[in-house]
Amino acid sequence: MAIWCAHLAIDRWRLAQSDRDAADAQAFALIAETAHGPRIAALNDAGLEAGTHEGQLLADARALAPHLQVAPSDPAGDLAFLEALALWAQRWGPWSAIDAPDGVIVDATGVAHLFGGEAALLADAQALLARRGLAVRVALAPTAGAAWALAHHGASAAIATAGPGLHDRLAGLPVAALRLDPAVQLLLGRLGLKRIGDLMGIDRPALARRFRNRRSPAANPLLRLDQLLGQVPEPMLPVIGVAAPLVQRRLVEPIRHRELLDRVVADLAQDMARLLEAEGKGARRLELGLWKVDGELLVRHLEMAEATRDPAHVVRLFAHRLDGLDAGFGIELVRLRAAWTEPLGLAQVDLDDAAERHGTSLAACIDRLSVRLGLDAVRRPVPHGSHLPERAQRWRPPLEARAGEQPGLALHARPLKLLDRPEPIAVLYEAPDGLPRRFRWRERVYEILRAEGPERIAPEWWRERSTTRLRDYYRIEDAQGARYWIYRAGLPGDGRGGAPAWFLHGLFA
Amino acid sequence: MPEPSAVSSVEDLPALVDLAPGVTRGLGSVTHGARWRPGLTTGCRHTELFASATQASGAGLALALARDALRSARPDPVADTPDERGWLWVQDKAAQRLSGRPCYAGLPRELAHRLIHVAAQTPEDALFAIEEGLRCRDLAFVIGEIAGNPRALDFTASRRLSLAAERHGVPLWLVRIDARRDLGSARMRWEVDSAPSTVPRWNPQAPGQPAWRADLFRSHTFPPGQWTLRDDGQRLLADSPDALEQPLSTRAGRPPHLGDLVRASRHRPLAAGAVGS
Repeated sequence: MAIWCAHLAIDRWRLAQSDRDAADAQAFALIAETAHGPRIAALNDAGLEAGTHEGQLLADARALAPHLQVAPSDPAGDLAFLEALALWAQRWGPWSAIDAPDGVIVDATGVAHLFGGEAALLADAQALLARRGLAVRVALAPTAGAAWALAHHGASAAIATAGPGLHDRLAGLPVAALRLDPAVQLLLGRLGLKRIGDLMGIDRPALARRFRNRRSPAANPLLRLDQLLGQVPEPMLPVIGVAAPLVQRRLVEPIRHRELLDRVVADLAQDMARLLEAEGKGARRLELGLWKVDGELLVRHLEMAEATRDPAHVVRLFAHRLDGLDAGFGIELVRLRAAWTEPLGLAQVDLDDAAERHGTSLAACIDRLSVRLGLDAVRRPVPHGSHLPERAQRWRPPLEARAGEQPGLALHARPLKLLDRPEPIAVLYEAPDGLPRRFRWRERVYEILRAEGPERIAPEWWRERSTTRLRDYYRIEDAQGARYWIYRAGLPGDGRGGAPAWFLHGLFA
Repeated sequence: MPEPSAVSSVEDLPALVDLAPGVTRGLGSVTHGARWRPGLTTGCRHTELFASATQASGAGLALALARDALRSARPDPVADTPDERGWLWVQDKAAQRLSGRPCYAGLPRELAHRLIHVAAQTPEDALFAIEEGLRCRDLAFVIGEIAGNPRALDFTASRRLSLAAERHGVPLWLVRIDARRDLGSARMRWEVDSAPSTVPRWNPQAPGQPAWRADLFRSHTFPPGQWTLRDDGQRLLADSPDALEQPLSTRAGRPPHLGDLVRASRHRPLAAGAVGS
């Protein structure tokens, strides 16, 4: 079912007036600011009778109708109203979508019998919307496109049913009913195609060839035609009303001390746990707002690694966040809001002191660590497709789901630990590109007894500058048995700098 | 005073008793007086390894010991999936700077995907993270790396870690990088150095499987000794060239040098999870 609020902006303005009859009698326009001065965005009936039209410059309109009253238009308010209307329209179907700027699409599949038939359903919708003071046109059709077309360009309260009759029913509508861009409508008009029936009469391949590089449905009449007849699906974004769970405490006496605040937070966490449990949800992000007497607002955020509603855990995490809070003259209102929730079923509670013995869960442990040390401190390495050792792993959040990964081929030994930044070493070698013999690192000389290499790793030319040098890695072991991973950056005479430098990059176990 | 051999289980031990010289307590009669060897279920939850910052031998042996403990642990009879619990590796900033961060490709394959790494800024934060990790039931073990002798890691902090590890049964291997042997409550304290690796079969010039020279200088359960340890991927192997199997009687006259070591906590009323006495 498509609902078209033909005069949404004007209706909203009219509903806001105290004396509606007087408002109807007065010529009135809503104006929008444009690059060429104010233009008329919407008009009421008296304004239309005065000879002005929508899209006209206000100066021109004033010349025609000097008594024209104006007010600025409010597109954002219209959209918000439409969102609320879309939610309200779910009384006629399980889900609805906004059809900006002034329509609503309701999926009424299989619900007509609840209202006593399709005609009764449309009559009900018309009556209820008219009682709300909205001038609407409604239509019912098998596809959203067809319903839209009938609501905008068909008879009042039109009902189209699926079947061979649908073609004939839609053929008489103008091409504007296809929801095309003005440029495409103009083009079709110049081609002499005025009605949908004219388009249907044309060979499909010819239309496909003419609009072959138009991907967007609003620019491709063939695509719109298929959507109209239900031969191509048309995804829509349903409107879903989500209320964030919210609990608050208004305090008789403003509090200035931490112990009292902790108690209030504990109470709020209890309330929130009850609220979330009733909804079968757990919080991932919590916002604690503290309103101060002197008109300031303090907000503390908390993000959890896993959905939870355990009040003790929440209180413990907030305890870190509330350190160093400036209460000023006191806090008079505390509000806890779960900005992000996830489904969380009921779980068996730990009996007696089992929790004490069993310790915390992994998610709780990670929450505590992240709150104190920061989100970036607790991470897990995951392999990444790169030959460069420092790029071959990335650090991800610890509880993130792991992508399916193929175990890498362990062709080359890799060290247990990599230094954050390779440390320069001084190396003695027999030949400039031969095996190293001895090196100095951190004020000590190491005699190399055994070595394996080189393992050559070329720079990633698609990412780095052309002067980046290749690396020749050596696994080495010194006389004491210490094992290292060293590399020579570049080759002598590779034209990318002077003599190659040596670095120590990793430590083997 | 009970004879050591008469002690049948840990619970039978009196709360505070002076054991015979050379006899340590903590495990049942099976391991009394026996030297430590790989694959032994030690029951030791808190181990310290002293290592140099210029080697990864401390972390390498800690991982090898942790794998050894995992392998020798009795599997849960009702578990139908393999143990895939994570493990925590906590490093403070100095340890990261001196000896680097873990490298995914260089970790043992069965442990690499289970690692959770904590990069702490200060030793205090690192100790907090280690303790939180020890309290977590979903972790297999915790490895800590702390450089030097920070003021935060005093005897009290060390004792907290021991208590947390014993109460929740999560073992801790604390690697002390470039540190003095200060006062600590770890049940076993090792000095680790790297040893020449095995000779690979196909390229004798190349380094082979890593080996470590491990010196158990303080232990509550085992006599001190030295081993050369290496992990061949299947199990931890030890060959101890200098330490022959010494019978208990030969050391009986020598009083045990407890020194900076603390008695097992489970016989103290303060201790968590202590037996009733």
